[in-house]
Amino acid sequence: MRCNLIPSRFKVIRDNEACVSCRICVRECSYGVHSYDEEKKTLKADSTKCVDCQRCVSYCPTGALSIVLNKNTFRPNAEWSCDSLKEIYRQSESGGVLLSSMGSPVKSIPRYFDRILLNASQVTNPSIDPLREPMETKVFIGSRPERIERDERGRIKDNLPPHLELDTPILFSAMSYGAISLNVHKALAMAAKELGTYWNTGEGGLHEDLYKYGDNTIVQVASGRFGVHSRYLSAGAAVEIKIGQGAKPGIGGHLTGAKIIGDVSRTRMVPSGMDAISPAPHHDIYSIEDLRQLVSSIKEATGYLKPVIVKVAAVHNIAPIASGIARSGADIISIDGFRGGTGASPVRIRDNVGIPIEVALASVDQRLREEHIRDRVSIIASGGIHNSADVAKAIALGADAVSIGTAALIALGCHLCASCHTGKCSWGIATQEEELTKRLDPEKGAERLVNLVHAWTREIQEIMGGMGINSIEALRGNRLALRGVDLNEKELQVLGIRYAGE
Amino acid sequence: MPREGEVRIPSGCAISGIFSRDRSLVNGSVIAKSISVMHERSNGLGGGFAGYGIYPQYKDHYAIHVFYDNLQSREETERFLDRHFDIINLSKIPTRPNPRIKDAPLIWRYFVTPLPHRLSDSHLDEDEYTARCMIRINNTIGGSFVFSCGKDMGVFKAVGYPEDVADFYRLEEYDGYAWTAHGRYPTNTPGWWGGAHPFALLDLSVVHNGEISSYDANRRAVEMYGYSCNLLTDTEVITYILDYLKRKQHLSLKECANVIASPFWSTIELKDDDEKERLSYLRKMFPSFLITGPFSILVGFNGGMMALNDRLKLRSLVAAEKGRKVYFASEEAAIRVIEPELDRIWAPRGGEPVIVTLDKEVRR
Amino acid sequence: MLEVDVKNMRQEDIAALIREADGEPLTLKSCMGQRYIGCGMKNVNLTLTGTPGNALGAYLDGGTIRVKGNAQDAVADTMNNGKMYIDGSAGDALGYAMRGGKIFIHGNAGYRAGVHMKAYGDIQPVIVIGGTAGSFLGEYLAGGTIIVLGLNREKEPITGFFCGNGMYSGRIYLRTDEKPVGLSEKLLMRKIDDEEKKSVIAPYIEEFSKEFREDYKKCMDGTFIVIEPNPKNSYKELYAAVS
Repeated sequence: MRCNLIPSRFKVIRDNEACVSCRICVRECSYGVHSYDEEKKTLKADSTKCVDCQRCVSYCPTGALSIVLNKNTFRPNAEWSCDSLKEIYRQSESGGVLLSSMGSPVKSIPRYFDRILLNASQVTNPSIDPLREPMETKVFIGSRPERIERDERGRIKDNLPPHLELDTPILFSAMSYGAISLNVHKALAMAAKELGTYWNTGEGGLHEDLYKYGDNTIVQVASGRFGVHSRYLSAGAAVEIKIGQGAKPGIGGHLTGAKIIGDVSRTRMVPSGMDAISPAPHHDIYSIEDLRQLVSSIKEATGYLKPVIVKVAAVHNIAPIASGIARSGADIISIDGFRGGTGASPVRIRDNVGIPIEVALASVDQRLREEHIRDRVSIIASGGIHNSADVAKAIALGADAVSIGTAALIALGCHLCASCHTGKCSWGIATQEEELTKRLDPEKGAERLVNLVHAWTREIQEIMGGMGINSIEALRGNRLALRGVDLNEKELQVLGIRYAGE
Repeated sequence: MPREGEVRIPSGCAISGIFSRDRSLVNGSVIAKSISVMHERSNGLGGGFAGYGIYPQYKDHYAIHVFYDNLQSREETERFLDRHFDIINLSKIPTRPNPRIKDAPLIWRYFVTPLPHRLSDSHLDEDEYTARCMIRINNTIGGSFVFSCGKDMGVFKAVGYPEDVADFYRLEEYDGYAWTAHGRYPTNTPGWWGGAHPFALLDLSVVHNGEISSYDANRRAVEMYGYSCNLLTDTEVITYILDYLKRKQHLSLKECANVIASPFWSTIELKDDDEKERLSYLRKMFPSFLITGPFSILVGFNGGMMALNDRLKLRSLVAAEKGRKVYFASEEAAIRVIEPELDRIWAPRGGEPVIVTLDKEVRR
Repeated sequence: MLEVDVKNMRQEDIAALIREADGEPLTLKSCMGQRYIGCGMKNVNLTLTGTPGNALGAYLDGGTIRVKGNAQDAVADTMNNGKMYIDGSAGDALGYAMRGGKIFIHGNAGYRAGVHMKAYGDIQPVIVIGGTAGSFLGEYLAGGTIIVLGLNREKEPITGFFCGNGMYSGRIYLRTDEKPVGLSEKLLMRKIDDEEKKSVIAPYIEEFSKEFREDYKKCMDGTFIVIEPNPKNSYKELYAAVS
């Protein structure tokens, strides 16, 4: 007799009066929860398979379905949570490393953005209505020389290295083809173009069809070097060297052979069906001076026409690391915080390694200022940007721009069911199964992404207008625009902000 | 109540300036008369003046004006000055009692020149050497505050209405080819003389009206380059930014104006190619020094003056000419009161600097 | 007619003089920056020389103020009724939130003239500017009429940047055939025909030319454009309701 120590997490509730047995739920569920009993002429649901992706709920034409938490309770124990028990059951059954997807949901680590409040003008200077007055969100990111130079006629020479020009300080985070579908890449690329910003290939190369979006593309070079060749490097507007990511600092990647099929295989330039492993480190970077070598070689290979971004996970000594990166010749430092992550990652790493982006960003910005090099490089912050207020707060803490991954996927329909690792994404995002990928129409997806970023940009403009700031440069590092609540002295000190009321 | 520098105090204000292109001298009482017309724009919590060409007999020496809280701070500062400079002359700055000027600190003036061996050991030019010494006094010697340290110029300021400040400092005893003035309206009661304006570093002095919204972005940026914003005022940070851009990045004043009051990208787009390139470069190169929010400033320096509004012109500023004299003020009346018949009067556009300098034949 | 030199007079005393005159003609000579002259008054008949200070005729509710010279900032703030003739230029923020009455400026107006002027029923405010206007002319305009003639200008544009930004009613007439630089896409611009010229703006321009001894024909000469809000382009689509 089979004994299941782990009860299903969700329960599928079907309102039989409303159900018309149209079987759309059967078709839409990629996890095999719903089935039709031909004999009894009724629909059944196997709740043990349900991941609460909400696909069936969203598509049920009569609103007959709902997914609820299973009320079954383990004996309450203040020390041992229900989830802890389940994890132990699971590991004692399989002997495996716990795997999940998307960023860390750990509650005990504060989301500092929620404890920071923004300022507004009253009397002593005017607030600005962004709908009617000029309100600039355009930002240029890249490095800057220390001094100006003049030609023999005394005119200023343009000695600026290449910059990325963003109409709004929001980029799309790196998510690789293979981990997500080509349609998602298409949607991101089209949206980036429309928005005047950039999307990021992630480490799986760039599909042939998307080279035409090169001007709005950041091409990534990670330890696996999938799909990296000189045409690829030159195809984008910038090259990003990925050292680490917030969801799994210090951990490499593993894309199962099941996803390495067809165009994914061709784009990554690895045989079909074979696992694609990204080593934990770049094996040509064992020290900071090696990073300089990689940065320089990429610049050499791209004719010094592209800014080079170095992306790192926010870890304990992020400030000196960032300082080292700034001195490596990199133009932009991208810092991915503790809560970042799309796609699969080991749970223990995801929930226990790294630090939140707010503190990492604040300490990097401050450190670079103390070393007088903050103006030489730009900073992109990511990992836990939920909304436009988070963007404004990140910029006031010191970021030049932010990038969004999870929020972008949510705009495309993702419901954070954290099942990316199964490859069965019912929303057609984190999957390569054709039946599923076609569920996402790239044009419609792009439109949703454009709407989202436009809406956020308008909100950022409202926030800036309230503060009497009409250019985003004046918000960057403007920490007097922020006040903390429910934070201790040390947290305030690290964030470099004052307590509300001070 | 926290003192200025321990808390940020935004303030509104009045400004006024006179510049003689032909170096003809203007008595200090004239600028006092101009600023006093705008009494309504100040609240008695700060007034001050900067005069240029006022110390012809010591024109090659740095004129150091210092506020002391007590004798001890004076002694310590003088020991420091002695170690670093040759002091040609020292005295109390002459004042007269005024019933509305209270709690005056000890106010001293020194004409100095850097000790040659100290200067050469420092590997700095004399301006940088002097600036660093003054910043050091302000940062390290308690109760001492150097509020003016340029050559052939001087700042006079106090807590009070500008007309009372002029009376207190006996401004009518000075003649200069250029003057700026400030009446302050802080939204708090600092009661500290150092916080009054103009704010000056070397010969660069700034008077300013408005509260900028980019303050902390600007402060944190300029502090990377060896400045320390102790007063937390807009004027201080604007002065340091201009000093950095002008003296260290060797930008022209017009270029400085294009950085701190950069046109909007949409305006830059309308310019011809060369200008577009120049303005875009400055904005991309120095984004941290863009100043947003309302301001009108008068920048005084040896041999010239610049008037500048924020790019939206959120504060008023009027300019006028009569013969070789140029006038600036927050309000037209402040000009008319000292020169009723003008050749030309106009309102400079937002973000577009008006820069005046001495005629060639009278430059020294 | 009563004439008083007010050069050294405090603004409180000037206000008392005006109240005393109680609508009889009064000339205040050599104004020197005194603020709030005629502020909130209903029944004035003032002629000013010199430079009156800020907030001249704020909340003016009737009568006439004439300035023989320039005026400073915030003239006719929230003016409700009456007339103001400035035979010179005006500073920034002329006629802010003005709801009624007429303002005639012989010279130029500074930044932000006629911001959020509004009309209600028969009460239709009007501003006529003989020279040029600065940036943000008629920003947020909610009603009424602004006319800029651009007389005696050389190269400078008739208005600065961001003309009519955010206006949602009212009209801005400019004597030019050039589109203002960077005109918002939420606004419509068209050339007006002789009929509109005659019926809508001619009476105001006539009054202007009479008052300031300008040639009426010259003031009416050439093309006029009008700027109006585009009814199709509202701000509704900017919002997403949270249910």
